[in-house]
Amino acid sequence: MKRFIGFIKKEFYHIFRDKRSLFILFGMPVAQILLFGFAITNEINNVDIAIFDKSNDATTQEIIHKISASKYFSIKQHITNEAEIETVFQKGKVLAVLVFEKDFKKNLTKENSAKVHIITDATDPNTANSITNYISAIIGSYKMEINKNVNLEYQIETKSRMVYNPELKSVFMFVPGVMTIILMLVSAMMTSISITREKELGTMEILLVSPLKPFQVIVGKVIPYIFLSIINAIVIVLLSIFIFKMPIQGSLFLLALESVLFIITSLSLGILISTVSATQQTAMMISLMGLMLPTILLSGFIFPISSMPLPLQIISNIIPAKWFIIILKGIMLKGVGLAFIWKETLILAGMTLFFIALSIKKYKIRLE
Amino acid sequence: MSISLQHISKSFKTVNAVNDVSFEVKEGELFGLIGPDGAGKTTIFRILTTLLFADKGTVTVAGFDVVDDYKEIRNHVGYMPGKFSLYQDLTVEENLDFFATIFGTTIEENYELIKDIYVQIEPFKNRRAGALSGGMKQKLALSCALIHKPKVLFLDEPTTGVDPVSRKEFWEMLKRLQQKGITILVSTPYMDEAELCDRIALIQHGKILQIDTPQEIIKHYPKKIFDVKADNMYRLLESLKSYEHHYSVYPFGEFVHYTDKREDFNPQELQQYLEAKNHQNIKIEITKTTIEDTFMELAK
Repeated sequence: MKRFIGFIKKEFYHIFRDKRSLFILFGMPVAQILLFGFAITNEINNVDIAIFDKSNDATTQEIIHKISASKYFSIKQHITNEAEIETVFQKGKVLAVLVFEKDFKKNLTKENSAKVHIITDATDPNTANSITNYISAIIGSYKMEINKNVNLEYQIETKSRMVYNPELKSVFMFVPGVMTIILMLVSAMMTSISITREKELGTMEILLVSPLKPFQVIVGKVIPYIFLSIINAIVIVLLSIFIFKMPIQGSLFLLALESVLFIITSLSLGILISTVSATQQTAMMISLMGLMLPTILLSGFIFPISSMPLPLQIISNIIPAKWFIIILKGIMLKGVGLAFIWKETLILAGMTLFFIALSIKKYKIRLE
Repeated sequence: MSISLQHISKSFKTVNAVNDVSFEVKEGELFGLIGPDGAGKTTIFRILTTLLFADKGTVTVAGFDVVDDYKEIRNHVGYMPGKFSLYQDLTVEENLDFFATIFGTTIEENYELIKDIYVQIEPFKNRRAGALSGGMKQKLALSCALIHKPKVLFLDEPTTGVDPVSRKEFWEMLKRLQQKGITILVSTPYMDEAELCDRIALIQHGKILQIDTPQEIIKHYPKKIFDVKADNMYRLLESLKSYEHHYSVYPFGEFVHYTDKREDFNPQELQQYLEAKNHQNIKIEITKTTIEDTFMELAK
């Protein structure tokens, strides 16, 4: 046991003295969460728009007021002729122009229908799309209000309700994905690199010729990373709660247990990688190409699995990250308990056992 | 017998690294494995330290079979691999402490054994191993290999890349360790170090050329060797090689080592031959045979 503790102590020295791996360990999670949370987002906020109000009556004034009162838009300028629309876009001053037709109020009350034209700068199609949706929503809610007042019957309206993320906060969707990727990266890549480093430096030769048992070497390598991954998971959850005000709906205890399970899955993958690669370079390439890419592309983190072609949907089943993301979304966003995610948990546990068994079988007690 | 190899062969995909090698090392002996790079020395070390299986033959170390009792062997041997393999990011003391711990001992317990060596690096005990000089790294590696008081010590090219002064000190340390009853198997490509061993095995292309004490090996050299020197060494080498009676000619330090085919060779004749070839400041002197000469002869 003393031997084992001595070994773990040495591993911690390695980690804390290597500035680069320390940076990957702790800088990466924070950077990724902040990036996905703030920069890479589908939300719109304070978008500059222009108004071209041809009728300028009480109704249009009210709509304009509603739009400018929302935090999504700020009205940058009012324009007075068609030609100006193009100019404001070209100058890049605004991302959308709202055009109200002539006699807006009259048309609405007399003919029951009035037109408003939303022109958006579609150089960024996602934002343009969001702007259109947001403005339509604001106008739609105004329409409901006036309908209530005049008590008109059979008004047709489209209605969409967003569940689980009613504010359409994209960061909520990213947190489970980012957490998965980071735990995978830290656990699998760092362990595989740290084991292959011993091979590369030749110290593995001495460790093999010592009375230290192979399983002690492996477990000793893994324990520090379990510890660090747990800290990482906690940092990510805290960041999401306190910076992005993300509510964790489900049990924190269950979340912690599932995270530990996934950490162990990733570590066993890391060990497996280290048994097949001779150098740190190879270990890193296998981790990146073999683990990170499928995790990002096939786990449902960025592209929804249901919209993938069938063969990819089938392949996605063997990606551990897919199951963990389902579990995370379940616990974090929907607040479900183990009763709803036991199947995914079982799959993940099975995969872990399989990887551990395989690595033990492949681990060499000699050099060949 | 502390170490015994019987008819060991080992080949890798395309190379036959070790070919029917047999030798024995007595308890407390300082045994040298002498040969150039690629002779199969490291492979033999790895078979002895249970890191590789031999294709053929049997090996015992400290009385244990390397295949069946490899766990026992791993408790009783110290191994210093060819390249510097300590943790560069750990300090001198942390390295030593780590190796003591994994062998289930402490620095204090076996301090007596490594004292001679360790006192020289102790002033730097808080320095990272990666920042040590070659000689100091080697002393640290030796301390780490010794900290658990092994019965047999395997040193694979311990002096490669180390300055001459440290090399000399290192061999003095080995002599002292030997007096403490540790069996030492050391490999080296430096022929001058061979003479410091009790017995040596000359090895090339995976085959043992000769095993004996260095003195015996030198004694059996069949020829008298002459140091030859002149102003233009390159031309001298050419001239000697084209001399009809030459037996062997090869550069050796600042001289050319020359042997003659004839039993009754007279250096005077060679002097005249070289003068005729317009060589200046010619010196011909009889010299002592070294292991290197023997090796060159055997490796022919």
